[in-house]
Amino acid sequence: MERSVKLECRGVWKIFGAHPETFLKKHNGAPTSKDFEASHVVGAVRDANVQVFQGEIFVIMGLSGSGKSTLVRCLSRLVESTAGEINFEGRDLLKMSNAELIDVRRKKMGMVFQHFALLPHLTVLQNAAFPLEVQGVSQNEREDRARQMIETVGLKGREDHYPRQLSGGQQQRVGIARSLVADPDLWFLDEPFSALDPLIRREMQDEFLRLQSMLHKTIVFITHDFDEAIRLADRIAVMKDGCIEQIDTPENLVLNPATPYVEEFTRHIPRAKVIKLSSIMSKGVPEGEYAGDLDGHLAVADTVHQLDEADLPFRVLDEDGKPVGTIDARAAVDIMIGRTAA
Amino acid sequence: MFWLGLFAITWGLSQFSFAIYKALDARWIVRFPKKYELPLDSWISSAMTWLVEDAHFGLFTFRDLTRFIAAVIELPYQFVRSLLIDGFSVGQGQQAIEVAPSISWIAIIGTMAVIALYARNAGLAMLAALCFAYLAIFGQWESAMVTLASVLIAVPIGVTGGLLLGILSYRHPWVEKALRPILDLMQTVPVFAYLVPILFLFGFGPVSALVATVIYAMPPMVRIATVALQSVPEEVKEAGRMVGCKPHQQMWKVMVPTALPSLMVGVNQVIMLTLNMVIIASMIGAGGLGYDVLTSLRRLDIGGGIEAGLAIVVMAIALDRVSQAFAIRRVRPRPDPAQPIYQRHPLISTSVALIVISTLLGIYLPGFRLLPESLTITTGSIWTAMMEWINVTFFDFFEAIKTFFLTTLLLPVKRFFSGIPWAWGVIVVGLAAGRVGGWKFGLMSAAMTLFIAANGLWAKAMITVYLVSVSVLIASAIGIPLGIWAGQSNRANSVIGAMIDTLQTLPSFVYLIPVVMLFRVGDFSAMIAVVLYALAPAVRYAAHGIRSIDQELIEAGKVSGCTERQILLRIKLPLAAPSLLLGLNQTIMLALSMLVITALVGTRDLGQEVYIALTKANTGQGIIAGLSVAFIAIIADRIVAALARNSQEKLGVK
Repeated sequence: MERSVKLECRGVWKIFGAHPETFLKKHNGAPTSKDFEASHVVGAVRDANVQVFQGEIFVIMGLSGSGKSTLVRCLSRLVESTAGEINFEGRDLLKMSNAELIDVRRKKMGMVFQHFALLPHLTVLQNAAFPLEVQGVSQNEREDRARQMIETVGLKGREDHYPRQLSGGQQQRVGIARSLVADPDLWFLDEPFSALDPLIRREMQDEFLRLQSMLHKTIVFITHDFDEAIRLADRIAVMKDGCIEQIDTPENLVLNPATPYVEEFTRHIPRAKVIKLSSIMSKGVPEGEYAGDLDGHLAVADTVHQLDEADLPFRVLDEDGKPVGTIDARAAVDIMIGRTAA
Repeated sequence: MFWLGLFAITWGLSQFSFAIYKALDARWIVRFPKKYELPLDSWISSAMTWLVEDAHFGLFTFRDLTRFIAAVIELPYQFVRSLLIDGFSVGQGQQAIEVAPSISWIAIIGTMAVIALYARNAGLAMLAALCFAYLAIFGQWESAMVTLASVLIAVPIGVTGGLLLGILSYRHPWVEKALRPILDLMQTVPVFAYLVPILFLFGFGPVSALVATVIYAMPPMVRIATVALQSVPEEVKEAGRMVGCKPHQQMWKVMVPTALPSLMVGVNQVIMLTLNMVIIASMIGAGGLGYDVLTSLRRLDIGGGIEAGLAIVVMAIALDRVSQAFAIRRVRPRPDPAQPIYQRHPLISTSVALIVISTLLGIYLPGFRLLPESLTITTGSIWTAMMEWINVTFFDFFEAIKTFFLTTLLLPVKRFFSGIPWAWGVIVVGLAAGRVGGWKFGLMSAAMTLFIAANGLWAKAMITVYLVSVSVLIASAIGIPLGIWAGQSNRANSVIGAMIDTLQTLPSFVYLIPVVMLFRVGDFSAMIAVVLYALAPAVRYAAHGIRSIDQELIEAGKVSGCTERQILLRIKLPLAAPSLLLGLNQTIMLALSMLVITALVGTRDLGQEVYIALTKANTGQGIIAGLSVAFIAIIADRIVAALARNSQEKLGVK
């Protein structure tokens, strides 16, 4: 199934320091780490190539200082890239005039920030309606739409509160409502849950998945938390020192790490959480008795209890609901305790 | 070693400079040679004359320009003044017919209370009402309203101008770079110095006073606005850009509202500085309470001075508290638009009703317009009697204190500074500054010092330096222990904090009145006034330094078995050192600015030079002396700031 590309960046560089363009030119557009050190400039993003497909959750993962926040700011053009090309719906974002860019941001983009970035002098309702206010939408209409959005994110009844009267989780719900009120196609989330307590974080992740199942946005999600990335992502880009080390599905990152860094990173991830039944099933469905059917894209960890309690193996279904293989408890437990190399 | 050697040489030269001059018959050692003195002051004076009399910008002359500015300021000022106290009238002089009355005093008190209620609560409303009622009851109403009128004009101009300049320097870094030295200079040049050219350009009257006030009160607003905009969180700015704000939307819908609490601090500053200028501005025609204080001070009318001075204080307290309340005011839910207007805005409706009713009543019943004189109380004679009693009873006691300080501290220090030969002075300042802040800064400081000497102001400058040093020493000796105490104990903090707040609210002139009453004119009185005025930052920064020490470090000290005393000496004080130095810096700046004002009580320093220039309207002399004070301030500021920075770096805190 080939999906259309919503956002694509090719050869994007972001270099901080004096005269970044000349620096890049001097090294034929491909400076090495040593060149950076010698010239006292910082390569926050180096030669990034990313394709984000329509309707997917694309997670950019990296530790602090890896350049993930800079990359997402290049993609939204909050930061001007030093070199490269960024295509959004087939138009070059970097060549747009200011007026065009403002128009694209008003209609097509939404962004959620790590520290919420709510305006302290506006109420929850006014904050959520702010993007529409800026566009000049009439007060009644924008407040109606903001009210709907506030209800969607579960804050009904708090429309007249001010941000500082809310908890962190509630504030981020307002941030989410604000980013969605203008019905954007492309949704940027910059570490949206990192400033929250672990329990609230989990709750907000569920909320996020629930919203996405309703809205089907194209999402670029930044995080430093690999667990979060695995939970949410369709595909993950792992960044280190400004370079993208690998872009792949969570399962493939764990099973086939491309670089030692990714391997190191994924080593302690419980395999059962990422490996899908379709990857470990025995292919083919012999005639016989089965305990039931399971979706192939479920993770082993989520099904192991079910498998263990049944005496018989299960059939594994593909995306169209056709049985394509079988799995039993032993195979799942092997993965859980790491008995055999998967 | 470097510092000790430098001091030893300076001391030696200071001690024997006179002897050397006698022995070598080289008068240039103690006095800058007359024939090399720069005639800068007369150049400036003639340039000003040319500007006013001959300068042309094509279509209009310079004089037209100043007249235009004057008209722009005068019109709203006259309007507000008519509204508050004079009433509106048509015609000139004796033939003037009043067409509309001024607002009733009851309405003004009521409106102040309503504003305070809006800003915070009933308690503050009570305070504001009491303060303004005080003005009415103690017979200061008319002068106070004249003063209030100039505050109401100067503050909006200062705030708007400051905000716009702040926005400009936020948007364009080069504007900030260009403005910074100008702001530095405006905050360090003594006010008196620019009174002279303003007087020259705009003539004696309220306009000159307002121009001077705005120039004095605006710089902090520019700085605060710039910093407030710069410290809007990066994410909030990005959020504004991501929702597609155009540049003006970004500024007025995102940046300014987010920075509003900090901006209100700037507004408070402008108000306080405006009130601070009230007395000084009355020297060039402001009228009002300031004029009352000034004339009483000149007549040595103790009672009158204290009464009018207290009225300024009371007004300052009311305006300060109310504007501070606005700074931390919390936004409230919007009213339900379905209600009628008087229910949605009860406060505005109440005050409008109050103004209309009491002012209309005032047309027929004069008592509503102005409090009848029979009901006012005057305390002037009581104050005079009290001061006389204190002076008679405690004369010996005060005299003893004064003599003690003069002989043990003031005179030796004075002798030390006055003895330093100017040439060595230039070298030693250059060396010290160079050692602390690099050779560029050293050269600059030496050049500034040479400027002072070359204009024949060396002796007066040394008097200034001596008075500032002694005052700063005493202010630190009192202020730092108080600050440390306040930093360690919450109860001490609330008491000392309130004390310092009150001291800071008082316009600087007010200190002079009681001090002069008790100690008469002279260096000692000047010193006490300067110490009182400059105390606040020493206390504040010390308390802040102690408070902001990481609690874990103190706990680490405790578990290592330190006694309270050891914790203070070995942990808290060393870590608070950068803060103490910053406090010292502020203390020096405040001391210098106050010192110029104390010229009125007869010091013979640079301040006196500026003051003389003002009375003779000698622009050049005033500016040169003013610049000299500013140079001393800049050198001291940079040296101490560099020391503070060095110690911060050493401790690895920023």
